Amino acid sequence: MAVKVMIPTPLRAYAGKNESVEIPATTVGEVLKGLTDKYADLKKHLYSDDGRLRSFVNVYVNDEDIRYAQKDQTPVRDGDTVSIVPSIAGGLKN
Amino acid sequence: MATKSDVAGPVAASAVSEPVPVALTKKEIERYSRHLIMPEVGMEGQLKLKQAKVLCIGTGGLGAPLGLYLAAAGVGRIGLVDFDKVDDSNLQRQILFSTKDVGRPKIEAAADRLHGLNPEIQIDTFDTHLSSENALEILKDYDIVVDGTDNFPTRYLVNDACVLLKKPNVYGSIFRFEGQITIFGFPAGPCYRCLYPEPPPPGLVPSCAEGGVLGVLPGIVGAIQAAETLKLIIGKGESLIGRLLLFDALAMRFRELKLRKNPDCPMCGVRPTITKLIDYAEFCGVRGEEAPAPQTSVPEITPRDLKARLDRGDDLYILDVREPHEYQICNLGGHLIPLGDLSKRASELDSSREIVAHCRSGKRSAEAVEFLQRAGFRKVLNLKGGILAWSDEVDPSVPKY
Repeated sequence: MAVKVMIPTPLRAYAGKNESVEIPATTVGEVLKGLTDKYADLKKHLYSDDGRLRSFVNVYVNDEDIRYAQKDQTPVRDGDTVSIVPSIAGGLKN
Repeated sequence: MATKSDVAGPVAASAVSEPVPVALTKKEIERYSRHLIMPEVGMEGQLKLKQAKVLCIGTGGLGAPLGLYLAAAGVGRIGLVDFDKVDDSNLQRQILFSTKDVGRPKIEAAADRLHGLNPEIQIDTFDTHLSSENALEILKDYDIVVDGTDNFPTRYLVNDACVLLKKPNVYGSIFRFEGQITIFGFPAGPCYRCLYPEPPPPGLVPSCAEGGVLGVLPGIVGAIQAAETLKLIIGKGESLIGRLLLFDALAMRFRELKLRKNPDCPMCGVRPTITKLIDYAEFCGVRGEEAPAPQTSVPEITPRDLKARLDRGDDLYILDVREPHEYQICNLGGHLIPLGDLSKRASELDSSREIVAHCRSGKRSAEAVEFLQRAGFRKVLNLKGGILAWSDEVDPSVPKY
């Protein structure tokens, strides 16, 4: 069982420059753990110091936001796509 | 599982509530004929466009295609907000401007260009920073707001102001090859805070100035913002309300995610806790106009002092912590170890020698100095202001990028 995790451009530098990574898992929590075990540098970008998913990072299973599903416990199945979608802002602070 | 009713659906009603004017002039009919012959726009839609008032915040990468298409389409009144001047580095993507505009206020160059494109429409210019003090006053006269500034403080400000004023906010954001587009602020739909309650802390996410952007990317994203704005005005089609469109120009792929209104949203939820505009610079951890200063606790050397010491023949080891593609643009002949590789490659460095670390602006090299100090290196200095300051103070032949 493996799901495809889409890595957004700003975080690719911390995930071996990969656009997507296959992680074997049955829940979103396992997906993120598998991902951060593999790429330790990603951890501080995804989680705050108290271990919560950062509030400017959202995680989707296919097109559904896990906050409105079962959060970390949201089940994933073989072939699902998990997307990490951080807020981006390309412009200069004005 | 939320049901379909939780998600804002397509909008059939026009965002423009003004009564339609009597007619178009003959000149206008000729100009807009390709709209008029389409039943989805037709005379009714074109008159709605003529009556519409759209505020474009920012006239840069996103604001350029947006302003051009809205003006070309005949949006009757377009407000432009910008405070900046046209710079050489803007021309790679900000297609409102020409080389001869460099140095001019953007608002002036943009208004000239849009007037030249369509003299039939009214252009309002606001030569100012949008702020908590002036935002409600500036936004209140417009039907739709489009934020093309793409920075966190302005984005939260525009979001909150649009929610307070119940105005749709056509959102676009870009980074390198990737874009996000949706519409916030419709009373039934989600707002930006439903999606992201808080901004990232400063320094964790690079901007285009640090991360770069493919010139055509804001063109595509800004053009999609323009299309959504025109659809909101004519009240046709399926809008992006409740959908986040993701675009990856490198893979040339669009994806779509569902956006839901968060009942606990501090701005637009059931019990809002934010009922007026706040200090967005503080909220986003930005003080004043500049990005936060790099860690100042590390020992530094100024470009002039470094030059003097090198000329004197001091044994200094120059460590460049930028990326290889940056080294190709310009370099000071230093040893290249990108910041991300430093922990693995620190053994290449001789801790008995004095090391001067540098990057583009001094920010990454400050992190490098901090890391090396923790790793036991005693004699490490950060080049203050990086290669940019070196170009300004020592060697103007080094290009700034």
